[in-house]
Amino acid sequence: MSQSRLLSVLVDNKPGVLQRVASMIRRRGFNIDSLSVGPTDDDSVSRMTITVHVGRQQAEQATKQLAKLIDVITIDDITGLRNVAHELVLVRMHAPPGERTEILNLVDIFRGRIVDVAASSVIIEVTGSAEKIDNFIELMRPYGIKELARSGVVALVRGDQARIRIMDFAVDGDDQPAASNVPGAAGDTTGTV
Amino acid sequence: MISARTDRRSGAVSAAAALLDGATEPARLLTGAQVALESLIREGVDTIFGYPGGANLWLYRYLPDYPELHHILVRHEQGGAHAADGYARSKRGSVGVVFATSGPGALNLVTGLATAYMDSVPLVAITGQVPSTAIGTDSFQESDVIGSTMSVVKHSYLITRAEDIAPTIKEAFHVARTGRPGPVLIDFPKDLQAATTPFNYPDGPVRRRSYPAPPLPDPAKLRRVAHLIEGARRPVILAGRGVLIAGAEQELLELAHQAHIPVGWTLLGTGAFPATDPMALQMVGFMGAGFTNKAVCEADVLIMIGMRCDDRVTTRLDSFAPRVEHLVHIDIDPAEIGKNVIPHVSVVADAKVALRELNLLVEPKREHEWLTQIDQWKEEHPVRYTNHNGLLQPQEVLEAMYARCEDEAIVLADVGQNQIWAALWFSYNKPGLFLNSGGTGTMGYAFPASMGAKLANPDRTVFCVTGEGGFVMNMQEMSTMVENNIDVNVIILNNSSLGMVRQFQDDFYDGVRSAVDLTFTPDFVKLGDAFGMKAMSTDRLEDVPRMLDEAIAHKGPVLLNFNIDPDANVYPIVPLGMGMLDFVEAS
Repeated sequence: MSQSRLLSVLVDNKPGVLQRVASMIRRRGFNIDSLSVGPTDDDSVSRMTITVHVGRQQAEQATKQLAKLIDVITIDDITGLRNVAHELVLVRMHAPPGERTEILNLVDIFRGRIVDVAASSVIIEVTGSAEKIDNFIELMRPYGIKELARSGVVALVRGDQARIRIMDFAVDGDDQPAASNVPGAAGDTTGTV
Repeated sequence: MISARTDRRSGAVSAAAALLDGATEPARLLTGAQVALESLIREGVDTIFGYPGGANLWLYRYLPDYPELHHILVRHEQGGAHAADGYARSKRGSVGVVFATSGPGALNLVTGLATAYMDSVPLVAITGQVPSTAIGTDSFQESDVIGSTMSVVKHSYLITRAEDIAPTIKEAFHVARTGRPGPVLIDFPKDLQAATTPFNYPDGPVRRRSYPAPPLPDPAKLRRVAHLIEGARRPVILAGRGVLIAGAEQELLELAHQAHIPVGWTLLGTGAFPATDPMALQMVGFMGAGFTNKAVCEADVLIMIGMRCDDRVTTRLDSFAPRVEHLVHIDIDPAEIGKNVIPHVSVVADAKVALRELNLLVEPKREHEWLTQIDQWKEEHPVRYTNHNGLLQPQEVLEAMYARCEDEAIVLADVGQNQIWAALWFSYNKPGLFLNSGGTGTMGYAFPASMGAKLANPDRTVFCVTGEGGFVMNMQEMSTMVENNIDVNVIILNNSSLGMVRQFQDDFYDGVRSAVDLTFTPDFVKLGDAFGMKAMSTDRLEDVPRMLDEAIAHKGPVLLNFNIDPDANVYPIVPLGMGMLDFVEAS
């Protein structure tokens, strides 16, 4: 059963890391739906948020292969957890003065904003879940989308605690719960930040 | 002493000393090339296989200043990578080192790096790169070596500042030799080889938050494994190369004897368990012994240690260990757990540590019924060959070799029929005596790798067992062998064809022989003569003992060409697409 998995990956902020990650995912035959990368509060660390479309077994394999890369510090499969997973979209809409009101109403409903206005078009910015953005784009389509750019998902898990979760790959069956679930214990895949 | 060395080696560079923060000795001002060579010495390197070219000439400029670094000029960079691989595989704890220049030189390493990567061999490749100011301009002999090798190395580095050279080399060796070992590439721009920088080798262990030490085995899981062993009626262990890398042979032997568990092995795990031990099975899988496959298929508890469980082991995946109730997988690499076969219990740890801890928990046990059953399978399905036509059989050559050296020779096998014959017809009772490219199956591996193995083990007899196809793929290294008088006995099992492919075509591809005829190979005696290498050839069994005796006694490389039965096949073999128990035996 194939599904989207959301991986939050902390990597050393070094040249070539993006290529290593992308190359590994391609080499193992996984498909990336989206990938975003940017700095964190620590200059030496970047966060990559990767959406891969794979089955659970494959997701484990992708995660473990990623964790093996020397530049990858920690990797967290946050699929299905209570998280904030947001994207940003910029849309250049065909919007001659006569049609603008209708478009602006929809932008308001989606809590978007106009970030540029030109003679016959506007650029709209909307943020939110990938689903919300998909919906917004569908609603805009009839009015004439001239150009569109999406950022890809960035995500954090809700709550007080920063997440340094160590993946556990115990397989269903008669296996015991793995002690490796505890950070700092026999981590099957990852180290800690 | 140090300052005297500095003066001699620093060439045009000022020997003015600088002091680095926290350093205990004054830093010497050296060129980047000198820093690299000094760093190699600090890492315990004594042998380098390499080939000079425009972008690594500063390394070669200073190399003669370091007589403790023995440089072997190979005749092709692929040969250099394989030689470094043979060196590292045959000398536990060592790291193979290969030099190549930029562009074509570096790209010629790719197959060798892939070979080392698949088989977890620690290598450090140092490639020259065009000057850092010219990178990206498509300058002469520039190529994206980091990009080209990314999927076949454990890690790679592009040096961008002269002060990074020593720390990078230190980290590269650490990454190559620790955890699951593998090849590491350092791309070293020419201008930084010439740049001057204070040299002070970093003290203390390498620490990187993104490269933690391998985990210790989970005690709860080990207790569970011990419990499963206690309850097992038909236990089997399969050992892979991870046992050899960890040096866990003694612990494995202890476990097998303590709990009476028969042990089989993968092609790369050959030597992890003594082949003539009463608990020994044989190689498993596609071309493994029938009795090993039977034991695996009947096992109720199967313990796989330090192995990847690839398609050559499992044959058709659903036929692998169908009756197993508890599958245990112990490996240092978590990504191997569940990659191909999903275990019930997994232990991620170094094999030696895991087995040492496990042995403390395992109670002595005797398994008469199961062992009797296995003995019966051994009688019913021995690994055997038949001589149908009176022609020289490859197994006869290997038996004669084994009779002369027993457990003292290192055998490097190439790829194809010769590889499987060499795996099955030599009794490897000690670790590290059988080396081959098991993962990538690189034809042309054995000959250059045997140079490395001999240089790392000057006191051992070294055989390179190859076919006429694989040998010519890297036969340029005959010059290197002769130049350095490297005492390797090359055994060409010559069947005038690409034997394994021919066997596949005969049996699985409608019997159509296509592009496998190697009648047009060189006259190997004349070829040896041309290179200055002692060479002999025969197609008669009665010549074999004399030729082997002469080759072993000769202090230098010898090439022995044996024209064997062109129809000799590898048996047992599982027909393509079939299951473990469908093995076909020699008739």
